[in-house]
Amino acid sequence: MAMLSFERKYRVRGGTLIGGDLFDFWVGPFFVGIFGVTAAFFSFLGTVLIFYGASLQGTFNPWTINIAPPDLKYGLGLAPLAEGGLWQIITICAIGAFVSWMLREVEICRKLGMGYHVPFAFGVAIFAYVTLVVIRPVLLGAWGHGFPYGIFSHLDWVSNVGYQYLNFMYNPAHMIAVTFFFTTTLALSLHGALVLSATNPKDGEPVKTPEHENAYFRDFIGYSVGTIGIHRLGLFLALSAGFWSAICIVISGPFWTQGWPRWWSWWLDLPIWS
Amino acid sequence: MGLLTTIDYQNIFTRVQVRGPDDLGVPIAKGIYERGTKASHNYWFGKIGDAQVGPFYLGVWGLLSIACGIIAFEIIGLNMLASVNWDPVQFIRQLFWLGLEPPLAKHGLNPFIPLNEGGWFLMTGLFFTLSVLFWWARTYTRARALGMGTHVPWAFAAAIWLMLVLGFIRPVAMGCWCEAVPYGIFPHLDWVQAFSIRYGNLHYNPFHAFSIVFLYGSVLLFAMHAGTILAVTRYGGEREIEQIVDRGTASERAALFWRWTMGFNASMESIHRWAWWFAVLTPITGGIGILLTGTVVDNWYLWAQHYGFAPSYPPVNPPVVDPALLPGAR
Repeated sequence: MAMLSFERKYRVRGGTLIGGDLFDFWVGPFFVGIFGVTAAFFSFLGTVLIFYGASLQGTFNPWTINIAPPDLKYGLGLAPLAEGGLWQIITICAIGAFVSWMLREVEICRKLGMGYHVPFAFGVAIFAYVTLVVIRPVLLGAWGHGFPYGIFSHLDWVSNVGYQYLNFMYNPAHMIAVTFFFTTTLALSLHGALVLSATNPKDGEPVKTPEHENAYFRDFIGYSVGTIGIHRLGLFLALSAGFWSAICIVISGPFWTQGWPRWWSWWLDLPIWS
Repeated sequence: MGLLTTIDYQNIFTRVQVRGPDDLGVPIAKGIYERGTKASHNYWFGKIGDAQVGPFYLGVWGLLSIACGIIAFEIIGLNMLASVNWDPVQFIRQLFWLGLEPPLAKHGLNPFIPLNEGGWFLMTGLFFTLSVLFWWARTYTRARALGMGTHVPWAFAAAIWLMLVLGFIRPVAMGCWCEAVPYGIFPHLDWVQAFSIRYGNLHYNPFHAFSIVFLYGSVLLFAMHAGTILAVTRYGGEREIEQIVDRGTASERAALFWRWTMGFNASMESIHRWAWWFAVLTPITGGIGILLTGTVVDNWYLWAQHYGFAPSYPPVNPPVVDPALLPGAR
């Protein structure tokens, strides 16, 4: 059976948001719930449609499958299946699956008596995705501004949209987002390394304590944020990376249509320099 | 009321700060240099983490590192200031645009070149590298002084690998210091963009793809891990070392959350191994990707076409010939 040694006592009834006890059960290690059913439905439908789109495209090479959004001429209307309609339905399926997954996490949190940090964090990721495929296309007036679903085709979209603004790295929100991405990774490496170095000390030494962790970081940089603090900081950094990513793309087009290097001229033209 | 108590219970801020005597740190063996004996407190730091600031250990490696770091920083700053004719107002105004550029191409790998043609740049690189290597020694010696493992220095070494590839190993492999990355905010961004275009779109470099996967994966992992731990702080989950050696209900709930969500869970110790490897593989794979670019592969897009993973699209515009593919093009 798929249960951990201590698992049985945690598998109790209740905590569901809707559906009562109807789907309050597990399949193997997975909790189901009403949102497990909806997540499975949307994922299955979306995956089948991706395979259908691949068959229309004529390739099952996973690197080159490309489900493109509709042509700009369809605006915010519906497109024929083979001309972006698939992309539209798959987008609905993706959002449906992501939101179902988040709500299922909420139910699991309630079952285990945990805080809601993880589903909230996932909500920020969903927000970034929805910004790319719904909010920005709606602001620009065409679903064709969404990104295509494909491993390398979405990278081409990133290149092409980036060069529309000449050098996307001059986008101030992109600068902030990248800084948060790098800082999060730095902080993650330091946190992982600190815990591992305390629990896997020099040969022959006993396992170390949080006091050693504090002493190491104070010796090292003069400050130790502490065991709760590092997780608050890490969550903040990670969510900021996702949030500013969403901001950097939604302002490109709806707010600023020229090259991003040009945007900085306001700084050079400030009256304080003259 | 139900909602308010729910929000109240998420442990985002420390509500009540208890201030005991300063923690002056686990004792370390006596040496030439000693740890400071003073600590201060910051109320706002205490809101999210520990309020205590310090004590600090300087030591010989710290002293050397900071000295070399200041020299490198000063050379860059004074070169930038010189480039605006020592005008402090223009220095601030144009700061993001200013840079210290690598040596001229004609100098190849010659280390003895005029200061204004890249000499200052090489000197900066020398002192900056020394500063970073001394700081590495500090991460190592401080860990050993406390009897701890050396996971921090080896993670730092991964980042140093990427730095050395960008500023030293790849320029040497290409036979020219001019390949190095300029110092400056916009100049280094321009370098990144030009680098990608010059070598046919870095998105098709598989090691660039790995590096991005590990970068985004690190952010995802930290959100998952930090969110999980904060969600079980009500059960003492932030006491990770204690939970590793003596599993409690916090670890059990944290594990079951992910098992029930995605059918798989890490343990309180192994999540930190996942974290360490994801973060460390970001610069390791990134460095490999940079080192292969221009040395082994000249155009990643053509490389992708050759290996059949570049997508093709229905033609929209009349075809144009890529000038890079014409006979005689280099």
